[in-house]
Amino acid sequence: MKGKKHKQTKKQTRADITFHIINYTIFASLTILCVYPFYYLIINTISSNTLSANGVINFLPRGIHLENYKQVLQLKGLPLAAGISLARTVLGTVCTVFASAYLGFMFTQDKMWGRRIWYRFMIITMYFNAGIIPVFLTMKALHLTNNFWVYVIPVIVQPFNIILVKTYVESIPRSLQEAAQIDGAGFFRIFYKIILPTCTPILATVAIFAAVAQWNSFQDTLIYVTDQKLYSLQYLLYTYINQANSLAMMVKNSAGTGLNIASLATTQTATSIRMTVSVVVVLPILFVYPLFQRFFVKGIMIGSVKG
Amino acid sequence: MQKDVARTGKVKKQKKTDKQGLLMFLSISPFLILCFLFSYYPLQGWIYAFYDYRSPLKLSQCEFVGLKWFRTLFANKAQVSQLLQVMENTFAMSLLGIATSVLPVGFAVFLNEIKNKKFKNIVQTLTTLPNFISWVLVYSVAFSLFSYTGMFNTVLQHLGLISEPLKILDSDAHTYLKMLLWSTWKGLGWGAIMYLAAIAGIDQELYEAARVDGANRFQLMRHITMPALIPTYIVLLMLSVANFLNNSMDQYYVFQNSFNREHIQVLDLYVYNIGMTGNSISLATAISMLKSIVSVTLLVLVNFISKKTRGESII
Repeated sequence: MKGKKHKQTKKQTRADITFHIINYTIFASLTILCVYPFYYLIINTISSNTLSANGVINFLPRGIHLENYKQVLQLKGLPLAAGISLARTVLGTVCTVFASAYLGFMFTQDKMWGRRIWYRFMIITMYFNAGIIPVFLTMKALHLTNNFWVYVIPVIVQPFNIILVKTYVESIPRSLQEAAQIDGAGFFRIFYKIILPTCTPILATVAIFAAVAQWNSFQDTLIYVTDQKLYSLQYLLYTYINQANSLAMMVKNSAGTGLNIASLATTQTATSIRMTVSVVVVLPILFVYPLFQRFFVKGIMIGSVKG
Repeated sequence: MQKDVARTGKVKKQKKTDKQGLLMFLSISPFLILCFLFSYYPLQGWIYAFYDYRSPLKLSQCEFVGLKWFRTLFANKAQVSQLLQVMENTFAMSLLGIATSVLPVGFAVFLNEIKNKKFKNIVQTLTTLPNFISWVLVYSVAFSLFSYTGMFNTVLQHLGLISEPLKILDSDAHTYLKMLLWSTWKGLGWGAIMYLAAIAGIDQELYEAARVDGANRFQLMRHITMPALIPTYIVLLMLSVANFLNNSMDQYYVFQNSFNREHIQVLDLYVYNIGMTGNSISLATAISMLKSIVSVTLLVLVNFISKKTRGESII
């Protein structure tokens, strides 16, 4: 009986085969569509710049060299911006993870004075926003404009992450905490010794979300920062793209051939620099991403329980 | 006597927990202050909407103009037509987003049909990747692929399909569609993850039973997989309705240029453009104030509908 059933599922009709071929093809093409742009950037940065400028490098690198990367690393402002981005990512992530863990845990403690009210007080902020200008004026009043801490302090309390941790803590058996309490452990000790270790999966999720958001953030630099020393990598990349944009425009508008060639040469470096910086900006994500992928799938499932 | 001891014991214990509870509150109070400073305190900035605020001056030195800015929004002809265009853009982008919100569902349902685990994992991992890069990088990618010497134009020229490079980024043609394609490229794989998680939770015996009854592949999708995804879909749909006016400006900001400005300016970007670069701080505040009020009303309304129809709130 069982053998027969197996045979039945194994036997594929022609319609099944056609379906699978189409299905696999569609997903393979979607995947290529998602990956190819990154591949394109990478092969163009390591190929000969003249070939790259002529648009010949589409599928395989040619005339491989690493000059672009050497040049880019010497660019004024880039190492500093990389340092700023790295610092905000590390600091911001640590602060957010700690705050989410601590608040998520605290909001499960019935003993806490005004627990419900304070929980609501924080969560409700997900659903309204004073708007870009009032927030800007607030930052200015707090002396956070043109200040590195504008990248870290305003994002420490994140309601969504608090919900994630709280939901997770509630799923841990209470007896664990009670046992520790009977042994005389205070709430901070319980947090440190029991909650932190058992919540690792959800904290990893929060950490990866926070880190990616920090690394990718560009709006805060745009709005709150004018000091070039505080530019984040993303914002620097944005200014590079715009420079390339205006240079390209100049080439298009200029009539003299001599000038044309000269500015064309600059355009090329602008383009290659832009692409190389893009790769530098995206590489950390490409490396870290596969390691953490399983965590956020889990995290999003926990999040969806709350909805 | 014994009763008394018991009572004082209880009182003592009560006091102890009270003290502990207060201590707990104190330990979270710095976070409450942060939350207040960055979420509640800025609300007082709405007062700028009633003044004629000029940047370096203090508010007290500026003229109180009452509802002047709100009236300008609806009375000044140029302003009205501009605002109408902005609203049209906002509605178009949001509606397109809602209309394509079924794509991730389809993605998940069909990906589930792939039985090769390795292939499935690779597809899932790689299609989620674009979600984790910033809009600046997306723009950089777009710029590389679609500029005059980018891959798109050179390949088409090689194939002889076009003689002149096509203008993709610096033109206003099909702006809505292009923006939709980019956000789909970035978000499709990620959007499907939640549905894939829901599919993973479906009892496999349901499929077995239906197969024994002679259901084919599409019937299984239609009658088992899809119904399991509907609750998640509805919640997400409602949230996107509640967020109708909040397109967030990152995507539109990086893609905007002098060619496509007319059709790319959504409400959030418009507020930024007039407030931060155009320096009409008061007008921008007035608009974002109206926007916030409409948004919160929408959210409450959607939540109410959800409660009535599904017996569950979404917030």
